[in-house]
Amino acid sequence: MSEGEMARLMEEVEEKKKLIATIRNKPWRMKRRLTHLKEAQQFVDKFEGALGKGKGRKWYAYKVMMTKKWIKFQRDFENFRTACIPWERKIKEVESHFGSSVASYFIFLRWMYGMNLVLFGFTFGLVVIPEVLMGLPYGSIPRKTVPRAEQATAQDYSVLMDFNGYCKYSVLFYGFYNNQRTIGLLKFRLPLSYLMVGIGTFGYSLMVVIRTMAKNADVGGGDGDEGEFTFAWKMFTSWDYLIGNSETADNKYASITTSFKESIVDEQENQKDENIHLRRFLRLLANVLITCSLGGSGYLIYFVVKRSQEFASRDDLSWYEKNELEIIMSLLGLVCPPLFETIAELEDYHPRIALKWQLGRIFALFLGNLYTFLFALFDEVNTKLEEEESIKNASIWAMKEYYANYTRLLNDTESTPPPMDPSDVIRGPCWETAVGVEFVKLTVSDIQVSYLTILIGDFARAVIVRFLNYCWCWDLEAGFPSYGEFDISGNVLGLVFNQGMIWMGAFYAPGLVGINVLRLLSSMYYQCWAVMATNVPHERVFKASKSNNFYMGLLLLILFLSLLPVVYTIMTLPPSFDCGPFSGKPKMFDVIMETIELDLPAFLGTLFSYAANPGLIIPAVLLMVLAIYYLNSVSEAYQNSNMELKKKMQMARDEEKNRRNNTDSTNQVMKDLEDLLPNRSLAPPAPPEPGQFTPQQLCSYVKCL
Amino acid sequence: MISLYLQDCTYFTRKEILRLFYRYRDLAPQLVPLDYTNHPDVKLPYELIGSMPELKDNPFRQRIAEVFSEDGEGNMTLDDFLDMFSVLSEMAPRDLKAYYAFKIYDFNNDDFICKSDLEKTLNKLTRNELTEDEVRMVCEKVIDEADLDNDGRLSLEDFQHMIVRAPEFLR
Repeated sequence: MSEGEMARLMEEVEEKKKLIATIRNKPWRMKRRLTHLKEAQQFVDKFEGALGKGKGRKWYAYKVMMTKKWIKFQRDFENFRTACIPWERKIKEVESHFGSSVASYFIFLRWMYGMNLVLFGFTFGLVVIPEVLMGLPYGSIPRKTVPRAEQATAQDYSVLMDFNGYCKYSVLFYGFYNNQRTIGLLKFRLPLSYLMVGIGTFGYSLMVVIRTMAKNADVGGGDGDEGEFTFAWKMFTSWDYLIGNSETADNKYASITTSFKESIVDEQENQKDENIHLRRFLRLLANVLITCSLGGSGYLIYFVVKRSQEFASRDDLSWYEKNELEIIMSLLGLVCPPLFETIAELEDYHPRIALKWQLGRIFALFLGNLYTFLFALFDEVNTKLEEEESIKNASIWAMKEYYANYTRLLNDTESTPPPMDPSDVIRGPCWETAVGVEFVKLTVSDIQVSYLTILIGDFARAVIVRFLNYCWCWDLEAGFPSYGEFDISGNVLGLVFNQGMIWMGAFYAPGLVGINVLRLLSSMYYQCWAVMATNVPHERVFKASKSNNFYMGLLLLILFLSLLPVVYTIMTLPPSFDCGPFSGKPKMFDVIMETIELDLPAFLGTLFSYAANPGLIIPAVLLMVLAIYYLNSVSEAYQNSNMELKKKMQMARDEEKNRRNNTDSTNQVMKDLEDLLPNRSLAPPAPPEPGQFTPQQLCSYVKCL
Repeated sequence: MISLYLQDCTYFTRKEILRLFYRYRDLAPQLVPLDYTNHPDVKLPYELIGSMPELKDNPFRQRIAEVFSEDGEGNMTLDDFLDMFSVLSEMAPRDLKAYYAFKIYDFNNDDFICKSDLEKTLNKLTRNELTEDEVRMVCEKVIDEADLDNDGRLSLEDFQHMIVRAPEFLR
């Protein structure tokens, strides 16, 4: 075979291979596809062998075999990967019964579970396990032991439920970790790893959230003009092909009909004259009411926080008084959203807009609650910091006394006295563990409240409606209570805020991420069951479409808001002197400085000190700001040119239409003109005689008509 | 070997193809053999396909079956069945779906969506709840919005141009 023939053959083989790769994208009948595929595959098999003869045949044959193996491996891996995605069946079932918006909540839940699992892996593998395996065991040093005074009650169930007693002095919380610079044979630097994991948690979450947002924005195809193809889209894309249940289908038909009727009415009436003043007044009233209730809830929380500070000084507290703060916060989160929804009836918006308002208001509510809680916490921290000073002195004094007594009693100044029993050492207040305990308690009470709500609000309601219906005067199922609808916005916001609390608390309580993973896992099964067993599809079934990025945007906002307190405490507050991995250092991030000085080679140290120079940082920040400004203006320019192109296309279309519509009439006029005109001769036109018109004059005459 | 070819022709993994095959068989176990190596020529009538829970409530199920079946009457072989679900699945690209969507909405199979096709689509979507006037108005608006070459009906290009921008099309 000659060179030219071989090259041609190779080209053909490549072509056939490309056909095989894209054959599923072609809109052919299956039979045709299969025949073409078989043909192509046979051709490739036959000639690949033939091409193998000649120069470099061994290498070519080897290459071909490796490519085949690689394709097979890729295919198996894809198969494996799709098999690994958990709960796919469950979610599809929910989707077919309730439509895509309810299913989007579960997809969001699954995504959160994945992210939390990764965070849990980091925390567990890099912080908890080393401390457990290579650190000192329980009871060996003061920070790891329950103080003598509390030992009697340390195992009580009520104390454990409060996360005191043995719980407080375990790996769950910050205070357990030792500040030894390196531990074990591997010289694992625990304090450094703790700090890095804390910061890495935020970094990873940020990266993942932004990556998902970018992917969502891409798939959505960008923002089309809202009004461009309203009716066409309504007709061709409103049916949700994933619905597989007659009840949902009925609802879907009804909502499609209503939506068409709405658009028709919108089209026909340009001006909705009916009492726009009344509507504006009602909307204003609604907003005023809601602002009042938001203010009221803020004040309530402030009041309760102040009360809990008073309670902290007393000791004889009932169960209610101890948990008052958490109970009030959860109750507010329960009562206010339905209140907002009822008030929002006054406003009379389109449901998608109403949902966005509702989400915004609930978001404001939760945000207010969270930040009031944080401020209260900070007050507590400051009090503890003041306490610390006095306790530090007291504990050193007690230690000296202990040694003095020991030598006095034994009359022996030679032998070194044994160290004080760990449970007897006077302990500092350890504010970080206290903060961690607060977050864990809040999370746990949040979990309890949400599960109870589902149980009572949905399940009990469904049971009552179903069984009492037989002996009740009005139809319970169609009338008042009826079955609940799945509250998408409430649930999504709950999830987002829960995650915000986890992010805030994870630095002070490494075990919190583990608790959250368990919570998300059980939540998935529990809510899937609850939705299928006790809920009915929404009356107006609307699509999730762009809402996904809205939820991600909320998550991003919460991520930033929960980053702030943690960074603030790392940078400004001094760590406790006797608990946690940073004890003894003036600031938490001194660990990094220490590592740079002691562990890394000298030139890196000088490099970092140069990099930290303000003279370098300020220009860098300026450069970034300028880059952002530049990218912003470039994207605006693209958007503008997009608009221009669209306008041009619209104009071209309209022109075509006009031209076609007017063609007949203009043609008619031209035809008449041509009949009237004298025969055109090659000689220049004779000067016009009176009573006769030139062609131009005739045209202008006709135009005036 | 067969499933390898099928995996290349559809967007499904081997497990999914097998699962679809069992669904197909469950519709009529006595007609469909378990062994497909001899390429038996088995067609399931439209009534059985239309009774599947995924399609039962879909207003366009008859058109879907007609478009994907070989004989155009809605009677599907296994290949047609797999083809249909492959295109309807979430892994198929937009252009392919747009092409088939066009065929589904084209009731009289003349390669154009004309006014009567639109009227039929609308009536199926709203189960005849809209009045005559309303139906006429909506169809006029649709042609107004989407018809680019001004022939009073939607060609494949018009349809694709319009649908590719829709944010909710993939479902």
